[in-house]
Amino acid sequence: MTPGVVGWAEHPAAVALAGRHRLRPLEPIPWILALAFYFLFPKYLGFGTELLIMILFALSLDLVLGYAGIVTLGQAAFFGAGAYTVGILAKRGLWNEPITGLILAAAVAAAIGLGSGLVLLRTGGLTLLMLTLCTMALLEEGANLAHDYTGGFDGLDSLSITPLLGVFEFNPLYPKTQYLYVLAVLFVCFVFVRTLVYSPFGQSLTGIRENTLRMHAVGAPVRRRLVLSYALSAAIAGVAGGIWAQANAYVNLGTLGLDRAATVLIILVLGGYGRLYGAFVGAVAYMALAHFLSKVYPTAWQLGLGLLLVVIALFARNGILGIVEAAVRRRPRPMP
Amino acid sequence: MIFGVDVASMILGGVAAGMVLFIVSVGLSVTMGLMGFVNLAHGGFAMLGGYVVAHAMKAWGLGFVPALVVGFAVIAALSAALERLLYARLYRATELDQVLFTIGLVFMMIASVTVLVGPENQPLTLPAYLRGQIDLGITRYRTYSVFLIVVGVLIVSGLWLVFERTRTGAQIRAAVDNRRMAESLGINIGRLFTLTFAFGSGMAALGGGLGAEFLGLDPQYALKYLVYFLIVVAVGGLGRVTGVFYAALLIGVLDFALKKYVPSGGTMFIYALTILLLLWRPQGLFGVKTT
Repeated sequence: MTPGVVGWAEHPAAVALAGRHRLRPLEPIPWILALAFYFLFPKYLGFGTELLIMILFALSLDLVLGYAGIVTLGQAAFFGAGAYTVGILAKRGLWNEPITGLILAAAVAAAIGLGSGLVLLRTGGLTLLMLTLCTMALLEEGANLAHDYTGGFDGLDSLSITPLLGVFEFNPLYPKTQYLYVLAVLFVCFVFVRTLVYSPFGQSLTGIRENTLRMHAVGAPVRRRLVLSYALSAAIAGVAGGIWAQANAYVNLGTLGLDRAATVLIILVLGGYGRLYGAFVGAVAYMALAHFLSKVYPTAWQLGLGLLLVVIALFARNGILGIVEAAVRRRPRPMP
Repeated sequence: MIFGVDVASMILGGVAAGMVLFIVSVGLSVTMGLMGFVNLAHGGFAMLGGYVVAHAMKAWGLGFVPALVVGFAVIAALSAALERLLYARLYRATELDQVLFTIGLVFMMIASVTVLVGPENQPLTLPAYLRGQIDLGITRYRTYSVFLIVVGVLIVSGLWLVFERTRTGAQIRAAVDNRRMAESLGINIGRLFTLTFAFGSGMAALGGGLGAEFLGLDPQYALKYLVYFLIVVAVGGLGRVTGVFYAALLIGVLDFALKKYVPSGGTMFIYALTILLLLWRPQGLFGVKTT
């Protein structure tokens, strides 16, 4: 018997590695806060719903940008694809059921993500940045042109969505139903992403982000992994877009634009990318600031946002969570 | 014969637009090629330049051409200061950080212009000698378009001479092709960066002023045309003056023709073409693979 083998399992490094995916004591807090918000601010549930959708969208970007290290400026392409899927199906009366509608939205977005990913992810760096931007612009222009289906510039409004589970009335007049529905969807997607990033698949994505050459050398199927993560992220962005269309009962070209893609990037970076909870922190900080500052003076908000971005890029590359982590790390900790 | 005149005027209009695209984008191409910096604020410099030109004409009563010179100088000085103070810190940073930083700059530029001047479009009155039409023999054409073409040709010849025939030009080309090697040879890269960055932004300001007549001038300019400038650079190749020139002419004429004959699908065609081109040649149509 070799005592070494038994000993390895108890080694601090092995314990840390094996326990990475375990639930940490801080992790239930965002969910408790989200539920508390439901009871404490019944008047702000519309705002809360919008906030949860942005968290979901930022989470989808975190998977590609934070974990796989794919810098994309075109994530809104998938958000828009999901939103238009729900919108067109509902407007034509083909499919009005909310939950299966989201699955369809995810499928369409994933298909676009897979198709474009297979082609685009051959490139890297600046070319990839340009290609993601152009793909999104292409979809936006396409949605603008296909006026008969998408309503063109005006978009599609007063979408009718059937009651949730056949029981709960679903439209913007019932913010309670919407809030809980979006929260549930966010939770399901979050569990999926969390499981994914701690799985061997997720670990290999981090490996590709950190050192692509080495991952090639150890025989990881780099491009297949990247394309798959891109498609999965597109699916989640599609769900976010679909749920946005359901909650607002309309779709417009803004779901596909550079503005939305930039916003989600800012949210994620503000919170801290590659951290799962960065999407939460960033969306709360961004939406709260936007909500209150733009009420005071819209231009001040844009100026402040610009300044914030410059400061983050120069001094705080890991966002708010990065600052918190650095502060915690500076405190001496007892060795395990 | 009518068709021939039609085509001629279409090409003239497209070439004039292409000249403006070139003047704005050439600085972006050089900064991205030379420093590998993803500068999304370049459209912002063009926008600010347009505003300085408009202001110099309206408030100081300068003529169009002196106002353009002022616009160039102000934006070149401003960008040199920004480069030394802020951009220089991010040369070694990731693309993401550069993208965020420059998007932040664009937002600040848009907000400041909105506060100082207002969100509405600023009309730019051309001097009398550039208005109206001019007889070109085969066809009469807008004087301003002809003026743009002449200015564009002068600028591209000047830039070509500087790039190909002067010491500084040779240093820039060397640094684009192989930065480390150029540094080892004793070329002062930092100074070269500041110089080209300021010059490129000044050119963008010039383009902003020259193009305001048909591109308009409002705070959203900085983002509205950014994709176009980026496409010109991507198609022309990074750090290639002549490549950007051909690409700008190509896209100018294509855009003009498509808007005329296919008013609704034209832009989409340009995006699709760019995607295909970049997949086929990631270094652009006229670019050379560099290390």
